Amino acid sequence: MSLAPPNFPDLKTGQVESYLHPSVSVPEGLNNNVLVTTVDRLYNWSRRSSMWPLLFGLACCAIEMIATASSRFDLSRFGMEVMRPSPRQSDLMIVSGTVTKKMVPAIVRIYNQMAEPRYVIAMGACATGGGPFKEGYNVVSGIDKYVPVDVYIPGCPPTPEALMFGLMKMHQKVDTQSVTTADWYKREGSAFVPVPQLGPDIFDPRQADLIRAETMSGEAVEADTGGGRAEGGVPGGLRNLGEKAKARIAQAKERAAARLAG
Amino acid sequence: MFGTGLLKGLGVTFKHLVDTYKDDMQSTPARYQGSDDRGKGLKVIDQPVDQEGLLTIQYPEERRLLPERFRYIPMLIWDTETDEERCTACGICAKVCPPQCIWITRATDEAGKPVTRPQDFFIDATICMSCNYCVEFCPFDAIKMDHDAELASFERFPHLVYDKGELTVPLDYYAALWPVQYAEEQERRAQEAAEARAKEEAKAARAAAKEVKEETPAPEAKLSRAEELKQKAMERARQRREAQS
Amino acid sequence: MSDIVAPTATVAGPLDVAGTLALVQEALPDAKPVSAGPTDYLEVAPDQLLEALRVLRDQGGCDLLSSITCTDYLSYQGRARAKDGPRFEVVYHLYSTAQGGDCVVLHVPVDDGEPLPTATPVYPGANLQEREVWDLYGLVFEGHPNLRRILLWEGFEGHPMRKDWHEAYYEEDQKPFRSRHPRADFARSEDKVPWGKNTRYPADWDPDDWQEPVTYVPVSQDPRHSNGTGDRLSTESVVVNLGPHHPSTHGVFRMVVRIEGETVTALEPDMGYLHRNHEKIGERNTWLMNMPFTDRLDYINSMSNNWGYALAVEKLMGLEVPERAEYLRVIMAELSRIVNHLWSIGFILNDLGALQTPALYAIEEREMILDLFESVSGARMMCNYLRFGGVHRDLPAGWAERARYVVHERLPRALDQLDDLLSGNEIVNTRGRGVGYLSAEQLISLSVTGPMIRAAGVPYDIRRCEPYGVYDRFDFDIPTLPHSDVYDRYYIRLLEARESVRIVQQALAGLPEGDILAGKGGYVFRPPEGEAYGRVEGPKGELGFYLVSDGKPNPYRYHIRAPSYINLNALAPMTVGYKVADAIVILGAIDIVLGEVDR
Ligand code: SF4
Ligand code: SF4
Ligand code: SF4
Repeated sequence: MSLAPPNFPDLKTGQVESYLHPSVSVPEGLNNNVLVTTVDRLYNWSRRSSMWPLLFGLACCAIEMIATASSRFDLSRFGMEVMRPSPRQSDLMIVSGTVTKKMVPAIVRIYNQMAEPRYVIAMGACATGGGPFKEGYNVVSGIDKYVPVDVYIPGCPPTPEALMFGLMKMHQKVDTQSVTTADWYKREGSAFVPVPQLGPDIFDPRQADLIRAETMSGEAVEADTGGGRAEGGVPGGLRNLGEKAKARIAQAKERAAARLAG
Repeated sequence: MFGTGLLKGLGVTFKHLVDTYKDDMQSTPARYQGSDDRGKGLKVIDQPVDQEGLLTIQYPEERRLLPERFRYIPMLIWDTETDEERCTACGICAKVCPPQCIWITRATDEAGKPVTRPQDFFIDATICMSCNYCVEFCPFDAIKMDHDAELASFERFPHLVYDKGELTVPLDYYAALWPVQYAEEQERRAQEAAEARAKEEAKAARAAAKEVKEETPAPEAKLSRAEELKQKAMERARQRREAQS
Repeated sequence: MSDIVAPTATVAGPLDVAGTLALVQEALPDAKPVSAGPTDYLEVAPDQLLEALRVLRDQGGCDLLSSITCTDYLSYQGRARAKDGPRFEVVYHLYSTAQGGDCVVLHVPVDDGEPLPTATPVYPGANLQEREVWDLYGLVFEGHPNLRRILLWEGFEGHPMRKDWHEAYYEEDQKPFRSRHPRADFARSEDKVPWGKNTRYPADWDPDDWQEPVTYVPVSQDPRHSNGTGDRLSTESVVVNLGPHHPSTHGVFRMVVRIEGETVTALEPDMGYLHRNHEKIGERNTWLMNMPFTDRLDYINSMSNNWGYALAVEKLMGLEVPERAEYLRVIMAELSRIVNHLWSIGFILNDLGALQTPALYAIEEREMILDLFESVSGARMMCNYLRFGGVHRDLPAGWAERARYVVHERLPRALDQLDDLLSGNEIVNTRGRGVGYLSAEQLISLSVTGPMIRAAGVPYDIRRCEPYGVYDRFDFDIPTLPHSDVYDRYYIRLLEARESVRIVQQALAGLPEGDILAGKGGYVFRPPEGEAYGRVEGPKGELGFYLVSDGKPNPYRYHIRAPSYINLNALAPMTVGYKVADAIVILGAIDIVLGEVDR
């Protein structure tokens, strides 16, 4: 086994390579001492090298997340050893575990409270798409149904290596963003995610109209028995509504409008 | 005395700190014994059991030595010896999969009769629980566990639903990951093949008197599709190897 | 610290189950004895239930009401039952902590809508479990002090464990689904529902009109307390929510506490934030498919969970396990007990305010054990290693040597270090001693099991009281401590981890050669009709699996008696009167894992 001594100038060149300005170049001879970069690159470098994840565990995957932070894998090499318990102080949410319907309102609230620019990593099969519990009546099939997700890490649970690979992907994504086009510097900012509500089943306020159209159509959605396909193979299509149903929807809308007005 | 507990705790931490440096000076090369240096600053580290504490694995420059039985997401085997996929679309893996994340469509020949090859084979990695059942119960050694855990992606659908092309790897990729099991398997397969051949020969001897066996050429389209799949698989395996070494 | 260890007590001898059942029959001539596979039970009418429980507690010596659950016999396929009987049966499992031995089982048949009396006056530990039955099956327990939903939320439509309740992604009653092979049009379940989510709403329901129902939460409805008398400053108590997102609650658990100054005057646990529907999914799975799902119950101890389930199924099928496999099971289960106790000690420290660093020290050696698990089973946490009648794979080359080094050198060293560092530590002592006291009798009546009651001086350990596997061959102690406070609950875990190290050392030395799997293996199992309750001493307490088979390839009923869940019965009584900061430690010392609490 050989451990060749590193050649420091080479090492340095290698390390700074990704920050060099794309067009401006430094004269030969100076390039070991002077570095020209862009604001974006510097800015992204500093952002991605000190992400503060939220101390937030949901299920089994959280245990692997803690293992990643422990001495063997040492998350602090990525500049993220300070896990903040408060969403106000963190900019990365690692959704580590099964998201249940009962928990979703809390998660969305936490997400809304996080400082921008904020990122979400869905760690594990469960947070990515429901995982082995996808069919469960209290399980949300993926946190991306409610908050935008930046990186998905499959695996059940993802090993610490897989999580770190996901974090590196996250860094890649940060690198592609630019100060000039970022949402969070725009005047209107980026929108809050409306908090889902626990009704007879959980519902997303953004989908209220869609839900009303179905439930009021007189043919409430019954679960399919047998077969895997949505009706006619067309996913997500609404069924044709009868006259009665349309009238009822109109009434419901009126009621809602009246309530808003009064 | 008040404060001794605190001092003791700090002492342990301090001892760890000192030990790390002492260890670094005395035994840096020695403690990587058994680790595999793959060049380009990439090492695969085997934690020695008698090493005090734990070696920090400087991912991504260093990796943990994964045991042979490590499992993550399944892969399908392309048998390079016979130059075809091993899967016969028998469907057992789809039956035993606990979260039912395997989807198989059996291929049909021109006449519409089912043949023992999968036309489509999907595994939904956003559901798979890495339980190993599909591997355990496949009677044809056609599906195995991949060690590749670097699957994170920016998109979920359809990127994390793997189709046949993405799942297929050539036999030697599997043989390299699972050397012990592969050797056992080859032995068993050779034995089974010998038995089958003996039986076949006995049968053929009986039948030979009656008629000459007729060779059916495989349809062109199937062949080229198979070829294409194989190419893809080889390409993918190569990329992975490169990424790892 | 050896001066406070009580000598290992022994149990009086196995409970005479037949005799105890006869006692009940004597008192209640109407009770009907039934035999279902390996289990004999008594069928009791709802109005006689309390009487039967009283007889069992006062005369039969059954002081521990271990499990209450319910079975919905709506679509039962077996021959053993009349089709027109009552739809539900509520099942009670009782044990004697003094005598050990097998359980006494009562069934109470009830029809839909028919109330039955609550068992809480006789066994206060029935509290959480009866709420669960109400939540999931919709059976009303009359007289229950606080019959609200527990795993789902108030306002949820329907009672999901009923056999005729289907969720939106419902495909078929039983796996394997026919749509997967041989003609699979790959389709995601999301596409089946217009809004792409696993939700369903009643007909004519309007989201805009929805009002969350106001429910009576005892803590928040307590009378406003004010003690400003005379010249003293008037104070008022306030209600504080801890969780579900709270760093100290070990996951997504919520405590509603009413505090007066810093003192907790009332506490109400709220759970279900990780309710993953193990039981509903489990009844759809085939028998074998449930094995990897049990990994995810108490996700720190997949090996013990596997064992509990395998044990119950083996009971049902009458399977013998080869000796080598039994030894391997013992080795794995004890290693995972050590992992668990390391975690729990780390968490207690975390909750004491020593955030992160000590916990990370405590779990350092865990990585070595996980490496062992990984090289034998393929996964660090979700091992899925046991099979019905044995284990999945034999040890790889060199495993035993590595394991020997770990249990002879590394683990004793690590445990000594923890002991040296913590047991005399003044903070652990001042914060732990005398905090969270409950007497042994109270704990048992609240159905608490595991290290918690051993820290109260009760030498009740299933490995001794009803030995399973080959535990009767090893020389180990059941340590007990007398004080029943947080300190003892910390220390008992250290002692138990030491005993586990001893067991693994012996098991590794005596590991016999031979088969590792009885029977022909395979993936289709059809246990004969009947029911069985299998239990193991999990690291957190009694982990039981109640299974009903109707002779089909899928379990008809699959219930998990989760120790962390039932131990939470004791949380409120233990916490009231202490400070808020103590509430966190007391919860930490119960050692819960949410995967198991909420299932
Ligand atoms: S992905 Fe697997 S390990 Fe992670 S939370 Fe889900 S079930 Fe647990
Ligand atoms: S992978 Fe194996 S079990 Fe699955 S269909 Fe192919 S041959 Fe059958
Ligand atoms: S590993 Fe398990 S969950 Fe994943 S595809 Fe295979 S059988 Fe299904």
